[in-house]
Formats: sequence, structure tokens, C-alpha cells
Amino acid sequence: MDTHRTYTRNDSPQLRPLKVAVIGLGKMGLSHLSIIKPHPDVTLTAVCDASKLVLEVLHKYTGVEVYSDATRMLAAVETDAVVVATPTASHLDLVSAAVDAGKHVFCEKPLTLRPEDSLALVRAAHTRQVHHQVGYHYRFVAAFQECKRLLDAGAVGRVVHAQAEAYGPVILKTSGSTWRSRRDQGGGCLYDYAAHPIDLLNWYLGEPLSVSGTVMGTILSAETEDEVYATIRYPEGVSSQLSVNWSDESQRKMSTRVRIWGTHGTIDVDRQECQVYLRGPDVPDGYHQGWNVRYTTDLSNPVNHYVRGEEYSAQLDYFVDRCLDRSSGAMVEGSGAADFASAAQTDEVIGMLLRDRDSGTATARPDVAVRTAPPSRSGRTARPGRLRRVGATARKILAR
Amino acid sequence: MTMDRLLFGDNQFFGINHMSEQKARAQAMRFQDIEVVLEVLDAAYEAGLRTFMCTTHERIAEICDAARLRPERYPELVFFPGMPYAHKYANAVTERGMVGAVRQFVPDEGILSSVVRGGRSLARKDVEGLITLLVDAEMRMFEGLPTPVVFLQNVVVDLLLGLEFTEAFAVFARHVRERYGAEPGFITMNLPSLVQALEDAGIEEPVVCANINKIGFRMSGGIDAYLDVLEQHRCRAIAMSVFASGAIPPREALEWIADIPAVESVVFGASSTAHIESTVRIARELWGQVSDPVRNARRNGSVLDMRHHQLGLASLMGDE
Repeated sequence: MDTHRTYTRNDSPQLRPLKVAVIGLGKMGLSHLSIIKPHPDVTLTAVCDASKLVLEVLHKYTGVEVYSDATRMLAAVETDAVVVATPTASHLDLVSAAVDAGKHVFCEKPLTLRPEDSLALVRAAHTRQVHHQVGYHYRFVAAFQECKRLLDAGAVGRVVHAQAEAYGPVILKTSGSTWRSRRDQGGGCLYDYAAHPIDLLNWYLGEPLSVSGTVMGTILSAETEDEVYATIRYPEGVSSQLSVNWSDESQRKMSTRVRIWGTHGTIDVDRQECQVYLRGPDVPDGYHQGWNVRYTTDLSNPVNHYVRGEEYSAQLDYFVDRCLDRSSGAMVEGSGAADFASAAQTDEVIGMLLRDRDSGTATARPDVAVRTAPPSRSGRTARPGRLRRVGATARKILAR
Repeated sequence: MTMDRLLFGDNQFFGINHMSEQKARAQAMRFQDIEVVLEVLDAAYEAGLRTFMCTTHERIAEICDAARLRPERYPELVFFPGMPYAHKYANAVTERGMVGAVRQFVPDEGILSSVVRGGRSLARKDVEGLITLLVDAEMRMFEGLPTPVVFLQNVVVDLLLGLEFTEAFAVFARHVRERYGAEPGFITMNLPSLVQALEDAGIEEPVVCANINKIGFRMSGGIDAYLDVLEQHRCRAIAMSVFASGAIPPREALEWIADIPAVESVVFGASSTAHIESTVRIARELWGQVSDPVRNARRNGSVLDMRHHQLGLASLMGDE
């Protein structure tokens, strides 16, 4: 009999404290660990990482049980929930193992590198009836939550267009030696940065029908894209545009912004504030016609342990609350954290963007070769199929 | 060591604004020229402020250079450095990984190399050595300048606090006292749990800087728990985010803070002379003085009527 079955949702409520293990102790993993460990309703059971040094320091100074092998840890340690914060390429195996063992799972974003793998995890999580959440933390930023609340209330009328942007100073030099610079590990601007605004667009506008005009350019990276731009289309003529660049030194840190145009107003939201212009008949309580500004300072709820922004703590507080089968103050009523299903939708859009980039479809000037896919790494030969129509100018360029 | 009532902070110089990204960017543009930063610092000094609480952002080194080159410009100025500048490390971790980042910032990488390459296990003295090396690297820019309190920044403090790696606090405190003759300080967003952890680590009545404001903004553990710790005088508190990034009007914010006797100091940032002067004016009304004349006179080597000042200070500080 499955010993962990008693902890799942359909049975009696989880008894406190919630036993949690953390797999992966990089930047996000350590941050999650430092938030989850002091949580009043959590007992940390073990941590797992590939770095002997990190494990040794943590064991010596904080007394936590450490493992270098996740399978061994899952077999040896009695735990209710697992936080997975390893490089994305390993998510599928680790999350599958945890879900199969009946553990609730909080996984870093993106969920997996292939939408079909993410859907398999959705099915597994439903079968095992475990709680599942993905670290799309912008959904826990008070200003972005306020935007969701306004959209659900129909404050700007029917949405016609949105623009989602994310810029930041991650890759500023041509070097780079971590998994984030390797495409096969889930590195690159698309998975690391663009996933966030894509998740917000899905949250606000729903699942898209198609993507087009995808640009994934290399600025400094050797293996991965540093910029992603695309047009995304939804039912009833709604569209959005995505603009992401992680080699933008003018930003102090990651800066994410969404602008939404509706028939009755606009919303312009970032981490700090939600600027709203309303001109329709349905003005929500506390708002008025014309300009309104709501600040994160006013909207944020307190968290259990603050490390680097309310949202990082709030998403884990919410996860713990859900696993303990109770409601949470961390999330706006009627909205929701990103579960595996919505994270799979994001992975689906990422997949669509990759296919669109490789499809080579574009409307060209009659005499110009169209190449929408990024240049091959050697820079000399283009793969067949990318050059659709080679005109006189292009021939001259290619002949050089 | 007495701390000034009002300390001048540096967030505004680096495009940090918790209310508006547009405003933050405008400030980043304005303060691109170090002379403009120094002009604001001049205005703060002119208004009577004598403590500059700052990060170890590389541009602070330029301010340190200016203070060293022209000591007559700020004869009584003291620095309260807070380290490390977190984004510098976060970006390094993203780019080079955890161990790579430490390597980048530790000038003498002997310890780490022998552990990583030699495969031997990490001894306590290694970890202690690493922490002190990192502190020394950050302190280099303040050489020759008075730094009576040296802070550990909130992201690091709250990360270590969450991990329960409290021994690092003790190592930091010991090193800062022994090497720099300074009081160790801790910036946090979790004051109640931090004070408990510091007491457990044997650091009594620590200097702690935390958000303390009327609306409870970023006061993890709740405003009541904060006030309890403060009433019990378990720490020497510096209040930051007193205005909650502009959500509370200055007078209302400062009057509320003045009613909490355990708050020794308030740190604030402002980018205009008018703002600096109006904040100083309100603070003078509430506390009488914004900087410590005894300490400043000692630094200047002038003779003082100590009795007069003690009386003056006693009346200013209420029951203290």
C-alpha cells in the first residue's frame, strides 16, 4: 500500500507541520530553502544538490540532512512535499519521481522543455491527487494581481490588445559558464526570461490560438537567444506582443511590464504599480473614471519570512497552505497560482514560438532572401529551407 | 557608540524606488554624474546630517574618493557601509554559478581552490576565512574613512536567517569588531525573528536596521511583533522605509516613529535640497538634534562642555 496516500487531498486534512524537502540549491533553490525552512507550518526534511561544497556547508552549519542523489533522498526521507529548483532539463525526471511517490510538488519555472512532457506531469499529478505549483512568482506580485482582478471585473471592457515586456541585465558579456547559457539544459532568454511574460499573458488573456513573427536573436550568447519578440493571437481578434531582452544593461534588475488595451480603458502594470485609465460604465469600487494608480506598497500582504520580494515568499506560503488544505491570503480570490496545467500552457506557447522561429514564414520584399531563423553557429552556411527566395541582392550578399 | 538621530541613505542614487520604476529611472539618469550625487550629499551635510548609510555599490567608491581627497568638504562625516551590494553577487551567481561567484569576489582564492580542487572537506576555519575575506574585499573602498557601524545587507541577512546559518552572523560580528573597531549592524525585513537569532548567536543588543513604518509595509512578523521587540529594548533600532516609499506623509511618519523610544535612528533618502531640509526640520522639531554633537566635537578635537551636552542629550532622548 502506498504509505503517502494518507497525505493527499481527498483524505483527512494534512496534519501540521508539512514535511518538505528541497532539490536543487542554486540561486532559486537557496532562496526557496531560506523561505520554506522558517515557515511556522513546515518541517524541512532534507536537501539535495550536486555540489558537495554547498551540501557540506549547509549540513555543518544548519544541521540539515543532505543528499546528492534525489532518488535516494525520496526513498530514504519521509516527506509530504518537494520543492524542485534544478536546471529545467532535469525537471521531468525529478517531478515524475516525486509525483509517483505521492508528494506535493512546487517546481521552478519552466515546468519542462517539451509541452508534451508537461502534459504528462499534469496527468500524473491529477492521478496521484497531489498539489502542484510552478514558480511563476509574478502572479504573487500585488500589482499584477490587481491587474488580474480588474480584468476579471471587466473594468477595461473587452480586451483588444496586450503588450508584455521583460528586460534585464543577465547576459552582458560573451562568456558564461552555467547551465543558463546552455539551450539543452533549459538556458536562454526564452526559458529563463520570456516564460514570465508569457505566463502573465496566458493568465490575463487565456490560451492563444497562434504565434507569428517570432524573432529570437543572439546578442552576446554563444548557444542561446538573448532576445525574443513575437505576435500572439487569441480568439475574437485579440492579440498581444511579446518583447524580451536579457542583455539590457540599462535595467538594474529584471523589469517586467504588461500593458493592456480594452474597449473601456487601459492598464499599465509593473512590479511597483498598476496604472489604470478607465472610461467605461463599470468602474470597480475604489476606482474612478480617468487615471487611477495603485501601488504595491499599499496592496502587498505580509509574508511569513521575507528574503527578496513578497512574491517569492507569498508563492511558497500559498503552496504550504494548499498542501495543508486551507485557503491562503496570498492569492486574490478567484485567480490562482500557476499549477502544472497552466505551466504546461506556457510551455506550449514556448513550443509554438520555437516552431514559428524555425518555420521561416514571412512576407518578403520580392528581391530579398528571407531568413527568420537565427544564423547557424558557424555563420557561413544556412540550413536548406531557410532561404525561400534568393533575389539579386541576396545573391550578391551570399557571394561575398 | 552613539548613533545620529537622522542618517542619510543612498537608495535614491542608484535608481531604487519602491513605488515607481519610472521615478527610479529618472533618478538613475540624474545621478549618473557623480558631481550631482556629491551636490546632494553637500546639501545633506549642510542641513546638519553627519552619517551616510550606504551600500558597497562600486559608485560609492567614487564618493569615498571624494571624501578622502577633500577632507575639509565633510570634516564630520561618518560612513555606515552595508554589504554586499546584492545584485553584484546575484548577477555573478547567474553568470558563473555559486562557487564561481565566490571565487570572483574572494581576492585570495587559496582556500576555495584547495577545497574544490583538492576534494578535501571544508573546515570551520575555511568558512570563517571566506566570510572575513569577503568583508575585507567590500571594506577596501572605505579605507581611511570612519566606519563606526558596518552592516550586513538585508538579502544576505534574511537568507542566512532563513537557512538558520546564524554562525555566520557571529563570525561577521567578531570580524567587524576586531578588524575595524566597528559595531556590527544587520539590515533585515524580519526584525523579530532576526533579533531572536542574534541573541541565540550571543550577539546582545545588536544594531538592527529594519522597515519600521505606520502602515506595516515590509515588516515580516507583523507590526505588533516589531513593537514588542522594540519595547523590550532587545536591539538598537534604525528605522528605514519610515515613509513607506511615500505612502505616508513625512510629518505623520516621523511623529509616529518619535513615539517609539527604542528607535535610535531613522535613515532616509532624498534627492533634493528641499526634501532634505524639510525632513531635517521635522526631525529637529521632534528630537532637537539630528546628529550627535559630542561625537562630532571629539572628531574635531574641540573642547566641549560635556555636562551641558549630557543634559541636552538627556532631554532630547526622553528616558534614555
